[in-house]
Amino acid sequence: MTNNQYFDLLMWARTTGFDIALTIMVGGILLRVIEIVVLGRKKDFAKAKGSPVTQGIKTIFSRSVPRKGTMKEAPVTYIGGYIFHIGFFVAFLFLGAHIALIKDLIGLSWPDFNKAVIETAVALAIVAAAALAYTRFTDPVRRRLTGWSDWFVLIVSVLPLITGYIAVNKVFGVDGTLWMAIHILSAELLMVSFPFTKLMHAVTFAMARYYNGSIQGRKGAES
Amino acid sequence: MAQKPMLPELLKAHGVSRRGFLKYCASLTSLMALPPMLAPKVAHALENAPRPSVIWLSFQECTGCTEAITRSSAPTIEDLIFNAISLDYHHTLQAASGHAAEAAREAAMKDHWGEYLLIVDGSIPVDNPEYSCIAGISNLDMLKETAEGAAAIVAVGTCAAFGGIPHAFPNPTGAQAVGDIITDKPIINVPGCPPIPIVMTSVLAHFLTFGLPELDDLGRPKAFFGETIHDRCYRRPFYDKGLFAEAFDDEGAREGWCLYKLGCKGPTTRSVCATVKWNDGTSFPIQSGHPCLGCTEPDFWDNGGFYKPLSAPAGNYRQLGLAAAAGGVALGVAGGALSKATKSRAAKAHETVDAHDLEKKS
Amino acid sequence: MTATLERGLNALREQIDAPVASFFTSCVSCGICAEACLFYKETGDPEYTPIHKLELMRRMWSNEYTLLGRAKSLLGLGKKITDDDLTRWETLVYDSCTMCGRCTMVCPVGNDITMMIRKMREGMSASGHGPKELVGAAERHTDGTSPMGDLTQALLKRVEQASKVTGIEIEVDKPNVDYMLMLSSHEIASGEEMIASVAKIMKKAGHSWTISTEGFEATNVGIQLGNRDVAANLVSRIVDAAIKLKVKTVISPECGHAFQAIRWEGPNLIGKEYPFEVKHIIEVLDQFRAEGKLTTNGKNGDRLTFHDPCQVNRRGGINKEPRRLMNMVAENFIETEDAGTMNWCCSGGGGVGANQRANDLQAKAFNIKKRQIEAVAPDAIVTMCAFCHSTLEDQLEANEMDDIEVLSLTEMMAEYLDD
Repeated sequence: MTNNQYFDLLMWARTTGFDIALTIMVGGILLRVIEIVVLGRKKDFAKAKGSPVTQGIKTIFSRSVPRKGTMKEAPVTYIGGYIFHIGFFVAFLFLGAHIALIKDLIGLSWPDFNKAVIETAVALAIVAAAALAYTRFTDPVRRRLTGWSDWFVLIVSVLPLITGYIAVNKVFGVDGTLWMAIHILSAELLMVSFPFTKLMHAVTFAMARYYNGSIQGRKGAES
Repeated sequence: MAQKPMLPELLKAHGVSRRGFLKYCASLTSLMALPPMLAPKVAHALENAPRPSVIWLSFQECTGCTEAITRSSAPTIEDLIFNAISLDYHHTLQAASGHAAEAAREAAMKDHWGEYLLIVDGSIPVDNPEYSCIAGISNLDMLKETAEGAAAIVAVGTCAAFGGIPHAFPNPTGAQAVGDIITDKPIINVPGCPPIPIVMTSVLAHFLTFGLPELDDLGRPKAFFGETIHDRCYRRPFYDKGLFAEAFDDEGAREGWCLYKLGCKGPTTRSVCATVKWNDGTSFPIQSGHPCLGCTEPDFWDNGGFYKPLSAPAGNYRQLGLAAAAGGVALGVAGGALSKATKSRAAKAHETVDAHDLEKKS
Repeated sequence: MTATLERGLNALREQIDAPVASFFTSCVSCGICAEACLFYKETGDPEYTPIHKLELMRRMWSNEYTLLGRAKSLLGLGKKITDDDLTRWETLVYDSCTMCGRCTMVCPVGNDITMMIRKMREGMSASGHGPKELVGAAERHTDGTSPMGDLTQALLKRVEQASKVTGIEIEVDKPNVDYMLMLSSHEIASGEEMIASVAKIMKKAGHSWTISTEGFEATNVGIQLGNRDVAANLVSRIVDAAIKLKVKTVISPECGHAFQAIRWEGPNLIGKEYPFEVKHIIEVLDQFRAEGKLTTNGKNGDRLTFHDPCQVNRRGGINKEPRRLMNMVAENFIETEDAGTMNWCCSGGGGVGANQRANDLQAKAFNIKKRQIEAVAPDAIVTMCAFCHSTLEDQLEANEMDDIEVLSLTEMMAEYLDD
């Protein structure tokens, strides 16, 4: 009886659990990225009109902004998507505990956000995710495209937000330790799933945008 | 056994007024999370306490717990309460030594068999009981023997309650907590390294007045171990605002900001440190600028390092991460090679066609 | 040889490269590509979601180009691609996609869906799933000189007519000239105006030019059908002709996919850089304008709008040039909504216009363009692609809007040349 099982769970999550998750995530991402890059692409013999490299790099950033007039075509997907991504990253990157984690991992640190800001971001992100889920049920295009893996990805990325909120606010009574453990485990689930699901888009979007921009850029066309 | 004076006489002898005693009873009542109307009952019970015989066994410990409980040079009500019990055996405090001391223990056990209270501080080496012996008796044997006739056991300090520092990795003596060895007696765990003195005396007072207090999953009285330090910490507003000390000598540290990033274990540590504080409410570790070590929790010594933030991983991820990176690269190259092979096979298998070859002819 | 499933799968297998892998890895099924697609927009049928049209290619990539997919296949879990699948996707890949490229422009993760459709058609055509009209055109062009059969005699006749109309001598197969003009069969079939216009412009600009009888047809059905062997054969005729005549620049005429074929795909189809330049006629005209060799006199006073051919603008990089030229000759130039890079397709590109099976669907898909035209109520629409040109004429007629004229920008420039 001499140990607190919740604390044990927390420690497992912080040690073995994290080790496993990080190993799979780092190894998996490298595997997937290399698998893509090794495939290569044929040299393009067409004389370039524009600059493929410059536009490729530019597109990595410019594609983050919707093209004029397209936002109104799919408002829930666009706005929900933005809010979810921004909310997720605000919570992930600006909560003190997370900054402490990142500092421990890579030695970099930056100022924290107020808890009120973080929690607003989390709440908005959860609402946005719910809206995105709703369109996956109701909108014919999204319903057509959505498979089990899309649901899995959606759930896995929202779980850390929900469990984190519960852990910080002790929604289910005072046992923060259990929920802290669950929160870390949910983040580890996200890490483990990352390389093998569409979560990979968080890494490969840059490659895809670069290729798109460079293909168009070679032609001197917009991207 | 000579009849000892009752508590009121002791108080009087030490110049403590009745008013002061009642005030103390009121604060004890609130500390024990009892309704305020019970304060007179607490006072009455203490005044008429049956003064049970108490045997205090010290095993693998540092005497810090005893130091804490007897710390004051001037007598306080706490140590008077402590004196109010019949402490028949405590090898640090008692005058007797050697065989006489052991004889006292045996006598107390015999006289109060089934009624005495056993207080233990320190953990018990189990791998090799001979690592710690008193008068040639191993701690393990002494505990088993003494526990048998006890009405209840109070494990004082984290070593007795959870194994504590002797139990820390790699635990060379195979140290165990009292609760690991004795399973058929009520055990109250009062962890802390050391526990707050008033918490120890309050638990005794509760035992004297109302019997066993309500305990949590770890055998700790809920009244003192119900909430985390973090939830009651005066620095909590800084945590909520995202203001942290990043080093012991930075602006944040001087401003008294939250110590989470310096490894404070407040969020996972249950104790009344932040409210009751130490040295008559003077301060507690966080107040003096040091993160909580989490000493009231099991294995606090091994929970990832005192100065590592709770959210930071505490395993071997650095080495594993490198191995994973190497493994990922290797697998990626292998997978890529397979893909390349597939592609070049496809290129070799390419049938150069003509527009006339684009229909299925049967 | 007969088309087989295996040949098709093999052709598809050959097409998968790093961009394709990164695109499929990145897709999060957000569905935004649907809203950019004229076929989805006008029918509301989710089957027409662009990325869904690529499902079989995605399956191929997943099964054969990922370690995880390979493991799944070993365990017998990977879903194989069958001939029935290809039949089912045939209409999605050919009938409901003009390869207009709007989806490529809006995809948040940057997937070039259009390029993947082009690649997927390789597998479709090689397995015998190309639309019969496109296959027929490919056969005719392979055997003759154009998808309409042998147009050499017709060409020579048009050259003669143009020479007569303009009074300018036009010499075919003339070596060492500055420019070699290609034409689309539509332009040859419809009259001598294009040749006459180019003759006038070249004379004014003071450049030598010619037309090769061995490589004059600009259209390349191999691109629309998605067959690189066919496309390479057709492209190499032009390349050989240009090399033989030692021309400096080959002019791709007013045709969208022809420009893709000769300018962007051609060098890769033959696997080497050209020893000459390739320019779209509008690029050449804009260059003449910039050099002061093209001056005009007077303007068209009608209410004119401009239709951007997808393959020339969005996927060809020619956006500002036609507008600079329009402003020289149009008094009353008004743009439609989304004009320029995000212009909506005329509905006939990518082989859809030639594919009879797609007629009804195409008519529906035209509605978005129709509404945009109605909104600006022009007297005429100017464009720089012969196929957009004829598609617009046909669709406007079908919608009883044939009071709106469709004009060629090159011909218009020639008309207002300052003599």
